Amino acid sequence: MSVTENQTTAAKSNSRLAARRKQAGKTTLLTITGFFVALMFLLPYIRMMFTALTPNDELYKIPADYFPTRLEWSNFVTVWESAPILQYLINTLIIASAATIVVLLVSVPAAYYLARFRFRTRNLILLLVLATQMFAPTSMVIGIYRDMVALGLVNTYLALILVNAGFYLAFSVWILSGFFASIPYEVEEAAMIDGCSKVSVLWRITLPLSLPGLITAVIFTFITAWNEFVVALTLTSSVEIRPLTVGITGFIGLYEVQWHYVFATSLIAIIPVVILFIAIEKWLISGLTAGSIK
Amino acid sequence: MKTASQTAPVKKRKKKSLVKRFLAGPLPWITPMLVLIFAIVLWPVYEMGRTSLLDISSSGVTKGFAGLENYRELFDNPNLIGAVTRTFLWVVIVVAITILISLFLAQLLNAKFPGRRFVRYSLIVPWAASVIMTATSFRWMLDGYYGILNRILLDLGFIEEAIDWMGSAETSLPWLIIVAVFVSLPFTTFVILAGLQTIPGEVYEAAKVDGSSARKTYFAITFPLLRTSLFIATVINLINVFNQFPIIWVMTGGGPGYTTDTTTTLMYKLAFRSQEIGQSASLSVVNFAIILIFVLIYVRVSGFGKKED
Repeated sequence: MSVTENQTTAAKSNSRLAARRKQAGKTTLLTITGFFVALMFLLPYIRMMFTALTPNDELYKIPADYFPTRLEWSNFVTVWESAPILQYLINTLIIASAATIVVLLVSVPAAYYLARFRFRTRNLILLLVLATQMFAPTSMVIGIYRDMVALGLVNTYLALILVNAGFYLAFSVWILSGFFASIPYEVEEAAMIDGCSKVSVLWRITLPLSLPGLITAVIFTFITAWNEFVVALTLTSSVEIRPLTVGITGFIGLYEVQWHYVFATSLIAIIPVVILFIAIEKWLISGLTAGSIK
Repeated sequence: MKTASQTAPVKKRKKKSLVKRFLAGPLPWITPMLVLIFAIVLWPVYEMGRTSLLDISSSGVTKGFAGLENYRELFDNPNLIGAVTRTFLWVVIVVAITILISLFLAQLLNAKFPGRRFVRYSLIVPWAASVIMTATSFRWMLDGYYGILNRILLDLGFIEEAIDWMGSAETSLPWLIIVAVFVSLPFTTFVILAGLQTIPGEVYEAAKVDGSSARKTYFAITFPLLRTSLFIATVINLINVFNQFPIIWVMTGGGPGYTTDTTTTLMYKLAFRSQEIGQSASLSVVNFAIILIFVLIYVRVSGFGKKED
C-alpha cells in the first residue's frame, strides 16, 4: 500500500514541473468552457428576468431590444395585485408539502423493510415500485381523471396531493432503501439487543443516520410536486385549488400574452425551488449513487 | 459470539398471537405504500383500459360497451401514424443528443477548475425550474415578432428577415428537440457525474503511470465503469422524453394542425379538445404498452431486484 503510494508520489513530482504549464492552460480552458456552459443554461432565465422587468410600452417592440431601457420593478407588484398569485402560491405550497409528507409517511417504513428484510413477495414489490416510476401521470391523465371522478375528488387538494404522492413515491423508496441498506446491520443489532423494538431502532438510529437521504427524498418530492402541471391542468377548475403552474397559463390569452407578468410569476415560482435544490446539491450526487447504483 | 437467531434478519417467532405475528411481518410496513400504489397508480391503469373499450359520448356519459371500436377509430385516425413516427424519432434523437452532451458535461463538472461550483449550480436551475416555465421562456425568445433570437440573428446577418419559428413544423421541431435536450441535460449529467465519482482516483493514477493517453484512459477505463449510471440515465431520460408534454404543449400546442404532435399530446387533444374520450383512452393503452416494453427491457437488462438474493 505505502510502496505504491510512494511510487505514485514520486512519479507525480517528476512530471509535475513539466506538466505545470500544461495544467495551467488546461485549467483556463476548463474555466472558459465551464462559464460558457453555465451561461447557456442560465440564458432562458436571464431573458425571463429582463422581460419580467420590461415596462409595458417596451414589451412589444419589433425587433426586440436586448435590454429594457429602464427596469420596471413595479411589474412584480402589479402581477401580485392583479392575479391571485398569493392564492396560487398557497395552493402550490399546500399540495407540494402535503404530498411530500404523504410520501415520507408511506415510503420510510416500506423502504426500511425492503432494505432490511427478505420475504417472499419482496421482488414482486420492488418490481411494482419500479413500475410506478415508469408510468408518468402524463400518459395516464384519462385514467387518473376517471379515477378521481369515481372517488369524488375532482377539483380538490386531496386529488392533487394523492396523485403527486402516488406517482413520485418510487423515487423516494428507491433513494431511502439505498441509504438504509448502506447502514451496517450491526449498528441496529446492537440497539435491538439493548431492547429496542424495530420501530424505535428505525426512529432513533437508522433515520438520523440516513438524514442526507431523507433530505434528498423530501426536497426531490417537494420540487417535483411543486412543478407538476398536466394533472393539475386536468383536475382543477377553480382558482381556489389551482397551483401556480396552471395559474400562470392564465396570462397566456388567445391573442395577447402578457409576457412580463408571465415571467414575473415564473420567477416567483422558480427562485425558492432553485435555492432548495442548491441546498441538496451536495447530497444529490450521493443520493443518486445510493439510490440507483447498487 | 452471536447466535444464529440473532443474526438472521427474519426471526422465527413461536408463541406469538396472530396480531403480534402480523405486526412482526412485512404488512404493517408495506401496506400503506401498496394502498397508495393500487389506488392512485394501478386503478387509473385499469380504468384506462376499461374506458378504451367503452362507448362514451362527448359529454362524458357512458353509452355502453364498444368492444374494439375505439381502437378501430384510433387506427383510422389520419393523425396517428404521423404522431407515432414523430414520437419514435423524437425519443431517439433527444435521448441520443442528451446522453452525448451529458457525457461531456459530467466530465467537465468532475474536473477541477475555479468556479466549478457555480457551473454546477447553473446546471441545477433548469432541473429545479418547472418545464412549463422554461418552455414558455423559449417560446418568447423564439417569437416571430418580438423574439430576441430573430433580433440576434438579424444583427449577425444570419437571416434576412424575421422567421416565425413556431409557424411551421420544419422550423419548430428542431427547436422542440433543443428545448427537450436542454431540460433533460441536468438530470442525466448528474447521474453520470454520480457514476464518475464512484470510480476511485487510484485507477486513473495507475493508468497514468502506465503511460495511457487521456483518450485511451477514457474509453478503456472510464466509459466501461460508467455503464450502470449511463444505463439508468438513458432509461429514465427515455421515459421522461417519451411522456414529455409541457414543452410541445406550450411551444406549438402540437400545431400547426397536428404536425408537431407526439402520441402524448395527441392523446390529450383527443380527450380534451375533440372529446373523443374512448379513442384517447385506447391511445393511452397503446402508449402504455410501449412504455411497458421499455420497463421489461429495463428490468431484464439491469436484473433489478434479483442481484441480492
